[in-house]
Amino acid sequence: MGALSFLDRQNTVAGPGFNRWLVPPAALCVHLCIGQAYAYSVFNLPMTKLIGITQSAPGDWKLTELGWIFSIAIFFLGVSSALFGRWVEEGGPRKAMFAAALCWAGGFFISAIGVKLHNLWLIYLGYGVLGGIALGIGYISPVSTLIKWFPDRPGMATGMAIMGFGGGAFIASPLSVWLMSKFSTPTHIGVMETFVILGVVYLFFMMVGAIIVRVPAPGWKPEGYVPPTTASKLITRNDVFVYDALKTPQFWLIWWVLCLNVTAGIGVLGQASAMSQEMFPGHITPVAAAGFVGLMSLFNMGGRFIWASTSDYIGRRNTYFVFMVLGFLLYCTVPYTGSIGSVTGFVCCFLIIISMYGGGFSTVPAYLRDMYGTRYVGAIHGLLLTAWSMAGIFGPVLVNYIREYNVTHGVPKAQAYNTTMYIMAGLLVIGFICNLLVKAVDTRFHMKDDEAERAAAEIGAVGKPAGA
Amino acid sequence: MQTTQQDSSTTLKLIVAWGFVGIPLLWGVLQTLSNAMKLFQ
Repeated sequence: MGALSFLDRQNTVAGPGFNRWLVPPAALCVHLCIGQAYAYSVFNLPMTKLIGITQSAPGDWKLTELGWIFSIAIFFLGVSSALFGRWVEEGGPRKAMFAAALCWAGGFFISAIGVKLHNLWLIYLGYGVLGGIALGIGYISPVSTLIKWFPDRPGMATGMAIMGFGGGAFIASPLSVWLMSKFSTPTHIGVMETFVILGVVYLFFMMVGAIIVRVPAPGWKPEGYVPPTTASKLITRNDVFVYDALKTPQFWLIWWVLCLNVTAGIGVLGQASAMSQEMFPGHITPVAAAGFVGLMSLFNMGGRFIWASTSDYIGRRNTYFVFMVLGFLLYCTVPYTGSIGSVTGFVCCFLIIISMYGGGFSTVPAYLRDMYGTRYVGAIHGLLLTAWSMAGIFGPVLVNYIREYNVTHGVPKAQAYNTTMYIMAGLLVIGFICNLLVKAVDTRFHMKDDEAERAAAEIGAVGKPAGA
Repeated sequence: MQTTQQDSSTTLKLIVAWGFVGIPLLWGVLQTLSNAMKLFQ
């Protein structure tokens, strides 16, 4: 294991003079790669024609079978971030990024073998299970490190990394399409080769991130930074142990706030193309709808940075109040924009909604840091991501099934989404109440000084600076 | 003298690191933006 000792937390402690602005690119190296998950759908259609080439032939995989790949990956994202959160926190970011890189690239390589042998179970195992584990570990790996490097602006710091997860699809989508076109011939679709190349590229990128990343030396503070002397009710200076956080009502209130905010966004994100065309028949063409989806992705990414940065100034709880109130108003407005045929109004409503969907993801690590301190924030964040997995089921189900129900009961397609919009608005009211109930964590959950010191010793935070 | 060298080395590292992630991201954003413009055509 000596050869891998460079991965240990104590060997990643930054030396004097290390510039903290090198840490966000390290985090982005990981998040931009795992953000590919949002672009996985570009492989769906080509993978239904691996045998038939021009069209699906008997023996080719069906879209419904392929849909499980993404679902399994998102399921394992939630499971692994919850299970490995403490290991990520204690082992340090480099070890976590290294593990995530191996799992992510390994997932692509196994999937490539699955395509070659035309064995779907290998793809479920590769991209679904192994890739999903990489998503979970990779997603939380840089969070607490960034919060420790940027105590003055934790929202902005985590917003930058989580923005990368939203932006990963922008690179992966055109790159995958281009690679498939390069390797496709009249008798072959180049999915396998694309998987191999993506695996190699992502392995390289993520390893660079793992090499660059550093944790601050104990007691390090940014130059000129003076921690606030006046105590704020909702920002603790104490740490809470990861599993003690689960015993606090605040964890579960924030869990519901995230779950409801994500449910409201994820449902429309997946159905945006079909919804826009059905609500504005003749006005929004399939090509324009694709443009609308692209625009939504940009706002999803931008919202992650802008809202999380804003939360440093207005506070985390207030930021979520904005999400809930503004989201409520916008969801109630969407049916009206449909009734008056205002495409501009419809587009504006959804772009703001989707920016707040992204903002919900990126603001929550700093919210947890305010509640539970920095020591175990990454692990607690990992546990909270189970809310994402839950919302991933709730959101699309709500949108799809209610639309289906309305259409089969004679509601015109243009109005079939109205009920869903009002339900989403209702969910945000519940989210508002949950957020309102969030108070400071009871002091009995705070780690005692001796516990904190022991934990620090266990995780090797007192190691000597690397390269010092 | 040593401080100046260290400063320029850090600046170079920052440019390389941010370029490494920024250039692909910018390329992806521009690709998406050009597709998104179809909404207004």
